Amino acid sequence: MTPSDWGAVRITVQLAATATVLLLIVGTPLAWWLARTRTRLKPVLSALVAMPLVLPPTVLGFYLLLLMGPQGPVGQLTQSLGLGRLPFTFAGLVVASVIYSLPFVVQPLQQAFEAVPERTLEAAATLRASPWDRFFSVAVPLARPGFVTASVLGFAHTVGEFGVVLMIGGNIPDKTRVLSVAIYDHVEATEFAQAHRLAAGMVVFALVVLVALYVANRPRREERSA
Amino acid sequence: MYRPFVAVLLASACALAHAGEVQVAVAANFAGPIAKIGEAFTAATGHVIKVSAGATGKFYTQIISGAPFEVLIAADDETPKKLIAEGHAVAGSNFTYAIGKLVLWSAQPGFVDAQGAVLASDKVKHVAIANPKVAPYGAAAMEVIKARGLTDTITPKLVTAESIAQAYQFAATGNAELGFVALSQVAVPGKPPVGSHWTVPSNLYREIRQDAVLLKVGEKNPVARALLDFLKGDAAKQTIRDFGYAVAAP
Repeated sequence: MTPSDWGAVRITVQLAATATVLLLIVGTPLAWWLARTRTRLKPVLSALVAMPLVLPPTVLGFYLLLLMGPQGPVGQLTQSLGLGRLPFTFAGLVVASVIYSLPFVVQPLQQAFEAVPERTLEAAATLRASPWDRFFSVAVPLARPGFVTASVLGFAHTVGEFGVVLMIGGNIPDKTRVLSVAIYDHVEATEFAQAHRLAAGMVVFALVVLVALYVANRPRREERSA
Repeated sequence: MYRPFVAVLLASACALAHAGEVQVAVAANFAGPIAKIGEAFTAATGHVIKVSAGATGKFYTQIISGAPFEVLIAADDETPKKLIAEGHAVAGSNFTYAIGKLVLWSAQPGFVDAQGAVLASDKVKHVAIANPKVAPYGAAAMEVIKARGLTDTITPKLVTAESIAQAYQFAATGNAELGFVALSQVAVPGKPPVGSHWTVPSNLYREIRQDAVLLKVGEKNPVARALLDFLKGDAAKQTIRDFGYAVAAP
């Protein structure tokens, strides 16, 4: 593998890790709220979270390019804050990845939180557990499989990101060239041997990650008999 | 009494039977001209062309993998030659339909000066080019940057697009202040020029000879041959010139 390919591996891992951490920070309260709320707006908010599942990445990429550009509202905001513009930067890819992978983190968390029985939380409340305590000592441990699924899917889906990165990344080595784009470049340049090396690596990675996920979330014996 | 009607019906049935289709892969920089030439071709012959636009390098990969394209209108002269040598295109069918002109373009009016000195400016944070490994206009852009002695200054500012169309898009949205694109993308006939550009002197880069070739898939399709002949004709040549290309001397 060339140094430029290793650079793509590094950028991809950094991007997926950063996005996953941010997604857990943003996604956990959002999922908790969606799981507990009784607002009539819930279907609309759930739909907004699920949008990246249905929209072609080119739609996201196109609008991000316009929104984050010099004439776009986000671009003008970041420029007035002295942050410069987001397209063609690592930070821009992180923002795009958080949007792109949001449903993969929020939905498993939401399902896990919905499965936490209201009674258990009430019982904890009668034992004078504060809302924070109830959340961290009761809800989070019970929702553990949801956190595992959310982290793994958020990470893996960001690794597999292509269309959005292609449209806003600018393919800069060691900054925005991720693995999927590097593979695309090799294929276009008919460097099939190099493309194979990276592509086969991605196949193995995807398989290992998904097997690990199913092993980790396999129902335990006591849960099954219960 | 019915006879004229029947005759018309028969004639139109014949016309339908003769109206064919041809699948064309066209270099991204030639997407505008081929749309116009396609209209004229349909008006003259009744045949329809189905166009896919993209990077020539990508088409090469797709064609050797059995893509159903019948004609390739490439952005270079290497790819058609290679396809002939490898048996994917018909020998002797390749010809230069246009000679491309590279421009340095900004969406901002007045940003690019007549000498292209703006390339060295600090105001420029990003310069969009097509991937030099697969797109001839990208390779030409790299030659210009080198000829100007700006390799070290510009390399960190380069954003690489997958095709010349995407390079244009990066510059058109203002995310890249400058982009190396084809004159044909900037000088669309009948429309006022957008932004500002510097037409790069042709001695700064190797001539971009753009060749078309009949692919093996289209060898038996008379429409494919008709399109290539049409591309050599005077009407098409005029359109090609209008879009800012040079036409090869016969």
